[in-house]
Amino acid sequence: MAAKTFDEMRSGADSTIREPYRGVAQWLDSTSPERLAATRHEVDQFYRRHGITFGAYGAAEGSETTIPFDIIPRVMAWDEWEYLHKGLVQRVRALNAFLADAYGEREICRAGVIPEQQILVNAEFVAMAQGLRLPGDVHAHIAGIDLVRVGEKDFYVLEDNVRTPSGVSYVLENREVMMRLAPELFSAMRVMPVANYTEELLATLRSVSFSDSHEPNVVLLTPGHYNSAYFEHAFLADEMGIELVKGSDLFVDEGRVFMRTPRGPQRVDVIYRRVDDAFLDPLAMRPDSYLGVAGLIGALRAGRVNIVNALGNGVADDKSTYTYVPEMIRFYLGETPILQNVQTHRGDRADDLKYMLEHLAELVVKEVHGSGGKGMLVGPTSSKQEVEEFAQLVKARPDNYIAQPTLALSTCPTFVAQGVAPRHVDLRPFVLSGKKITIVPGGLTRVALKEGSLVVNSSQGGGTKDTWVLAPDA
Amino acid sequence: MLSSTAKNLYWMGRYLQRAKTTARLIEATQRMALQSRGKEAEGVVAIFGMEDEFRQSQSQEGQNQRQAQGRGGRRLSDLVDFLAFDENNPSSIVSSIRSARRNAREERNNITVDVWESLNGLWLELSGKLRGNRATLDRGALIESVKKQAVMIFGAAQVTLLRDEAWNFLQLGAFLERGDNTARILDVKYHRLMPDGSPHAETLDYFAWSELLACIGAVRTYRRIYRSSLDPMKVAELMMLRRDVPRSVHHCLWMVDASMRELADAYGTRGEADRLAGELHAKLRYARIEQIYDIGLHEFLGGVRDGFATLSDEIGRQFLLD
Repeated sequence: MAAKTFDEMRSGADSTIREPYRGVAQWLDSTSPERLAATRHEVDQFYRRHGITFGAYGAAEGSETTIPFDIIPRVMAWDEWEYLHKGLVQRVRALNAFLADAYGEREICRAGVIPEQQILVNAEFVAMAQGLRLPGDVHAHIAGIDLVRVGEKDFYVLEDNVRTPSGVSYVLENREVMMRLAPELFSAMRVMPVANYTEELLATLRSVSFSDSHEPNVVLLTPGHYNSAYFEHAFLADEMGIELVKGSDLFVDEGRVFMRTPRGPQRVDVIYRRVDDAFLDPLAMRPDSYLGVAGLIGALRAGRVNIVNALGNGVADDKSTYTYVPEMIRFYLGETPILQNVQTHRGDRADDLKYMLEHLAELVVKEVHGSGGKGMLVGPTSSKQEVEEFAQLVKARPDNYIAQPTLALSTCPTFVAQGVAPRHVDLRPFVLSGKKITIVPGGLTRVALKEGSLVVNSSQGGGTKDTWVLAPDA
Repeated sequence: MLSSTAKNLYWMGRYLQRAKTTARLIEATQRMALQSRGKEAEGVVAIFGMEDEFRQSQSQEGQNQRQAQGRGGRRLSDLVDFLAFDENNPSSIVSSIRSARRNAREERNNITVDVWESLNGLWLELSGKLRGNRATLDRGALIESVKKQAVMIFGAAQVTLLRDEAWNFLQLGAFLERGDNTARILDVKYHRLMPDGSPHAETLDYFAWSELLACIGAVRTYRRIYRSSLDPMKVAELMMLRRDVPRSVHHCLWMVDASMRELADAYGTRGEADRLAGELHAKLRYARIEQIYDIGLHEFLGGVRDGFATLSDEIGRQFLLD
């Protein structure tokens, strides 16, 4: 098990309050537990009234739940954020360069940095995207990079999400709720605003249209209201003033994409899609998909419509490609990686596999293509039997698994049934890449509400917090 | 119908609308201040020309008290209290609702039970909460409640009132006030953000401009119409000239003109107020935004605000409301 946990509010042996948390600590001291409890109740009411809900996969209709929101914000100083910002920009630039290369000349393979099979044999590789030149060579327009903190200066990237990362609506709504509930805290501290995210997102989407001869028409493509993130789709479309479309609202004619409107067909230039690759186009991908648009990929290949994020981005963010990202940064940018990777053992390497199986009870083991905290093993908190069972799974398909040391994720004060107690957190900032790279300060902080738990996924009982980056001293 | 009835309905419309505008203004200003741009907050008192009153409300005694409580710098909550809950401020929310209720009470026989009960309910809630312990008062919730209930009162009027003269006077008051409010907000805020009145900004404070739109609840409306980044000239166009934006100056004057014409038809006479309403409506209807910048936005809006004032006086004279 890793070293002592870093608490973001109280650090050091004498548990002094760290500078960025001074305001929050005062607020906690001066607010009665009853008041905090009442505030928390208000939050739940607010989320229900606004329909900010999350439908877990497999749940019946009408059973949407709210993701628990913790009223104690997570705070970062400006210089901490500046450091992360630099590291994130660097990492996303490299990921975009890699994606353009992976579907282009694959120079990184020829240079012997990444084996070609890592790309070509990857289940997420989309042959149809080979040779595509996208506007600005951008593939990962919206990237969610999951970070964890283990010490004052130690941040690690846990994983990159460059397919259809979700959660940004919680960043925006959590801030709205916080401003409503604790205005006194905001007047005492200078918090960087986040509300311009949708403005930046729209600008990013507009900047990657193939054609600049006319005002680009941008739409958001959703799988529909059964999708667990449907609230977010509707929220973002509304905020940007763009149409929220389903596959059936679009059609392709003579290589161009149109939406059906009462005034007749209207040209579509950029599709911000929240539909997975496999369902985008029944002609090109899964023929049984009702979520996509027939002919869409053809229109993309003809340079008539851009699809955001790009097709086949999965080759850059699965858990085995992850191990190569530091190499990508060196190769494409000639820079030293700012953000560190977690040491990762790959099941497809004999030495690593041996180590993995011998140390299973100390490690976190994940599926290469897994997500949402499913299909994973947290060794230290699992029973002997669970570890045994998982060992069988790994032995059966070693290349489907990777393992990492159990990190002591930092903790933040969190309001739980027993009062205020430290709980483990991670951070997902959202990085926008178009003509330029933009990151709204902060991101989504997820918190594991169960004591000692390291799993922050909302489908596994995780909650969220508002994330505050304090403005630099003027 | 009596002139006194017309007067009560006209002012009920005006006061209710003013309370609604002020509630929105406070919310937008607070958001702005919380997003660490507090210095703009005090500009809001200039919208209704209340700078002196605000300064006076910050009496020495109050200042001392705040000092003693160790919250010397908390001007924002003072501002909210002044705009929303200060009974000595004739434009505050509580004063406006009190006046609107007084007007409605005198005309209980001329309005429906739905309108009266919804307005009276709002007054009872507001006055009750303000009599309680101010220290534990949830100001945000109360302001939100005012906004919501004002919408309900107008909604009740919309679906239950007989479409007679009384209805037209209520409409006239509400839309005259609303159009005037939008013109004031745009004028004062635009001028603060862009003292030289230029139509475009090289670097633009996104938060300040979206707050300006939020004052008339039109942030998402802007996106729907323009589908692009915030631009001062488009913000000005939306707030003044778009007839399809229900709080734009043009929309309000269109409605004012329509009510005036219905009254003229009912009475079979026309007067100076009808001419002024038509003229002011035409001024907004046929204006082009580029032209307005040629004249100067501040000058143009100054003319519009004067137009509202003159029209209001003339309505009083023509219908014997004074």
